[in-house]
Amino acid sequence: MAQTFDRPEIQTPENLVYSKTTCLTDNVMHYCPGCGHGTAHRLVAEVIEEMGIQSETIGVAPVGCSVLAYNYFNFDVQQAAHGRAPAVATAIKRLLPEKYVFTYQGDGDLAAIGTAETIHACNRGENIVIVFINNGIYGMTGGQMAPTTLPGMPTSTSPYGRDVETMGNPLKITEIVAMLPGTHFVTRQAVHTPAAVRKTKKSLRMAFENQKLNKGLSFVEILSNCNSGWKLSPVKANKWMVDNMFPFYELGDLKVNGEMINKD
Amino acid sequence: MAKVVGDIIIDIERCKGCEVCNAACPNDVLEMSQEVNGKGYHYVIKVNADCIGCSNCAVVCPDAVITVYRAKV
Repeated sequence: MAQTFDRPEIQTPENLVYSKTTCLTDNVMHYCPGCGHGTAHRLVAEVIEEMGIQSETIGVAPVGCSVLAYNYFNFDVQQAAHGRAPAVATAIKRLLPEKYVFTYQGDGDLAAIGTAETIHACNRGENIVIVFINNGIYGMTGGQMAPTTLPGMPTSTSPYGRDVETMGNPLKITEIVAMLPGTHFVTRQAVHTPAAVRKTKKSLRMAFENQKLNKGLSFVEILSNCNSGWKLSPVKANKWMVDNMFPFYELGDLKVNGEMINKD
Repeated sequence: MAKVVGDIIIDIERCKGCEVCNAACPNDVLEMSQEVNGKGYHYVIKVNADCIGCSNCAVVCPDAVITVYRAKV
């Protein structure tokens, strides 16, 4: 029998430093190996567990890869029509103002078909959290070009790369909502390294704390890989994201406590 | 000087073999197995006892496969 390198003497409850959160169910996620959706789901669930608001949280799932989020979150989740998650979340929050309401949306849902709902919910300053997963591609339907696809990035509908002349420019929706007066906290984070994951979790915690204090809308963009859509291995996809996506979509807070952060 | 030792438990049936944890480990504790799990993926295994319980692997794992323990000896 092969050597196992186990240390049973330290596998005791008092030495436990990390385990799967109880706010995620035991269902195995359907996401591709290495997909950032799994990490983002886990971070949202961990923040909700840490704040002790599992029974008071209502999530709104989008259409896209994360349409089945209700199978994985161990709290109430409502599935919304394509792009309409901020509108559904608005209704839930207004009818049940004591509940914590968040939407979890991909770039096809939030930045394409749901642009109007997103911008108007942000402009009204609804007291919700929007978690936006940006991987620059329509992952679920087979890697087609999305509004967030980078210039020159090959996808199945732009096989020679996105040509800005004919296909238009990428949409930086996070910069747009940061300029609206209704948003209170707007940030862009990533989930490719342990340090980035920890920063993303802090941002999500801040977003939910803002909702607790009725501060207004918090918008957390999470840059994620789509290794199947990008046709790369998970580790190479993360490196491609660092080399190509980060120069265009700069990480960091855009708006904190209702004040724009000047990066210059 | 107190030495920190760690250990991880890998839920091999949930692992999808994406190797993101492998890239995040500072002590090269993890490698991919030759065998496959029930879903047909090469799962991650420990190949030495150098774990320091930093929980980097668990923090980046998309499928919450890894449980981490840490103790001072």
